[in-house]
Amino acid sequence: MARAQTLPEEPVRAARRAPVLAFVRRYPVAGLAALILGLIVLAALLAPVLWTVDPKALAPTQRMRMPSAAHWFGTDQFGRDVWSRVVYGAQVSLIVALAVATISVIAGTLIAVVSTYIRWLDGLVMRIMDGLMAIPGILLAIALVSLSGASRLTVIMAITIPEIPRVVRLVRSVVLSVREEPYVEAAISVGTPLPQLLWRHVLPNCVPPLIVQATYIAASAMLTEAILSFLGAGTPPEFPSWGNMMAEGRTFFPIAPRIVLIPGVALALTILAVNVLGDALRDRLDPKLAKRTGGLR
Amino acid sequence: MLLLVLRRVLATVPVMAVVALVVFLMIRLTPGDPAAVLAGDNATLDQIQRIRANLGLDEPLWHQFAAWVGQLARGDLGTSIFTQLPVTTLIGQRVEPTLMLALTTMVFSILVAVPLGVLAAWKAGTWIDRLIMVVAVVAFSFPVFVLGYLLVYQFGISLRWLPTQGYRSPFADPWGFVRHMTLPALALSSIYIALITRITRASVLEVLGEDYIRTARAKGQTEAKVLFRHALGNAAVPIVTIVGIGVALLIGGAVVTETVFNIPGLGRLVVDAILRRDYPIIQGLILVFSLVYILINLLIDIAYTALDPRIRY
Repeated sequence: MARAQTLPEEPVRAARRAPVLAFVRRYPVAGLAALILGLIVLAALLAPVLWTVDPKALAPTQRMRMPSAAHWFGTDQFGRDVWSRVVYGAQVSLIVALAVATISVIAGTLIAVVSTYIRWLDGLVMRIMDGLMAIPGILLAIALVSLSGASRLTVIMAITIPEIPRVVRLVRSVVLSVREEPYVEAAISVGTPLPQLLWRHVLPNCVPPLIVQATYIAASAMLTEAILSFLGAGTPPEFPSWGNMMAEGRTFFPIAPRIVLIPGVALALTILAVNVLGDALRDRLDPKLAKRTGGLR
Repeated sequence: MLLLVLRRVLATVPVMAVVALVVFLMIRLTPGDPAAVLAGDNATLDQIQRIRANLGLDEPLWHQFAAWVGQLARGDLGTSIFTQLPVTTLIGQRVEPTLMLALTTMVFSILVAVPLGVLAAWKAGTWIDRLIMVVAVVAFSFPVFVLGYLLVYQFGISLRWLPTQGYRSPFADPWGFVRHMTLPALALSSIYIALITRITRASVLEVLGEDYIRTARAKGQTEAKVLFRHALGNAAVPIVTIVGIGVALLIGGAVVTETVFNIPGLGRLVVDAILRRDYPIIQGLILVFSLVYILINLLIDIAYTALDPRIRY
C-alpha cells in the first residue's frame, strides 16, 4: 500500500537525487556516448599503465609488424607501437579540445559582454567578428601556426581564434534579449551595480547555451587539430597525435592501411561521442536552439 | 531591387576590409620574428633579411599597409618566396581541380540532402526519420580524411573499382573526370549532406504545422506537391543560408581531401607552402577563399528576396 503511494513520485525524486541518471535514462544514446568518452578520457589519463611502451621508441628491427600479442595494433614504419601511440594521441586531442573550448568561451564571453555595454565599441567589435568569420578557420589556423612555428601552445591558440566569433555572437544575442527582460530592468531601477547585474542576472542566462556551444567547439577543435597535424602544420612530430600518425602513415597506406585507419577511427569515435553528447545537452538545456537549427550549431 | 543589391554589396565592404586588416596584421603582430620562423632553422641573416624585404616587413606599419592595399587593389597577391612566381599565377594554375571538386560536392550534396531532409520531416518520429538523423550525426562527426581513407581502402584497394589518386580535367577526359572525382566528392560531401539534411528537416517540419499546408491538403493537392512546393518553398531561406555558411566547411575540407586523393589543386598548393614555409601563398589563398566565401554569401543574401518576398531590407 505504502509502496503504491510513493510510486508516482519516483521519477521526480530520482531526477532530483541523481540528475545524471535521469539524463541517461532519457537519452540512452547520449549515455553510451558519455561512457565511450569517459573511457577515452580514462585511457588518456592512465596512458602509462595501459600496457603501453614509450610511444616514441624506435625499433628498426620491428618495422611494419602486423598486430600480435606484443603489439596489439602492430607497429608503424619506424617500429613504434601503434597501440601506445593511439593511447598517447588521445591526450593531445583531449587537451586541445578542453583548452580551446575553455579559452574561446571565456574570451568570447568577455568580448561580448564588454562590447554590448559600451555602445561605440559594439559596431566595431561585430564588424571584426564578421570579418574573422569570413576567413576559413582551417586556413587561418594554418597561417598562424606557420608564422609562429609549430608548438602545442601555438596550435591551441590558432584553433581558438577562429572559434571566438561564434561565442561572441551567441553571448551577444543572449545579453541583448535578456536586457529587455522585466527583472533586469527592475534590477537596474533599484540601482544594482553593473558588475553585479551582469554576474547575477545576465550571465546565468548565457550558461546553458554556452555549455552546448562548448561541446561543439570541443568537437570541432579536435577535428581542426587533427587536420592541422595531418597537413603538417600542427602538433610537432615528437608528440604522437592522431593527425600526425595519419600523416606519417600516408605513404604506406596501400600496404599497411591500419596505421592510418586506427588513429582515424579513434578520432571519428571521439568526435562522434562529443557531438552526440552535445546534441542531447542541447535538447535538454536549449530547446529553442534545437528547434531552430535542427542540431549542429 | 537595384538599390537593394547595391546596399548589400556595400555592406560587404567593411567585412572585406576587416579580412584584409586581419591578414595584414597577423604577420606583423605575431610574437617573435616571423621572418626568422619562415626562413627556417638553418637560415643565414641574409636570407632572413631577404624574406623580410619580400614581405615588406622592413618599413613603417602605415606605409606597409598603404602599399599592400594598393597592391591588392591591382590584383597583386605578392610573390612566392620559393618559386619567385606571382601568387596569382600559382593560384591560377591550381584553381580548376579545386573548383570542380567544390562544385561537384555542392551539387551532389544538395541533390541528396534536400530530399532526405524533406523525407525525414514528412516521416517525423518514425524509424525512417530516426535512421536519417542518426546517419546525419555520424556523417557530421566523421572527419573528411578518415572517411576518405576508408573509401580509398574499400573501393580503391579492396574492390579496385575506382582510381584513388589524381585528377582528370572534365574538358579533356570527361569519363576519367567522373571516375577520379567520385571518391573525393563522396568523402567531402558527407559533412555537407549532414548539415543540409538536418536544417532541411527542421525547417520543413516547422512549416508543415502551418495553416496553408492543411489548406493545400484539404483542397486535394498531391502529397508530393504539398511537400516540395508548399512546404519546401516556404522553408527555403534557412536551407539556402546553411548552404552558404557551409561553403566555409567545404573550403577547409577541400584542402584535406586533395591531400588524401593527391589532387593537384589549391589544397596541395597550401600543403606545399606549409612545407616550404612559403607564407605569401598562404596569405594569398586566405584572401581569395575569404573573398569567395563573402561573395557566395552575398549572392545568397540577394537571392533571399527572390525566394521570400516577405524579406525587405
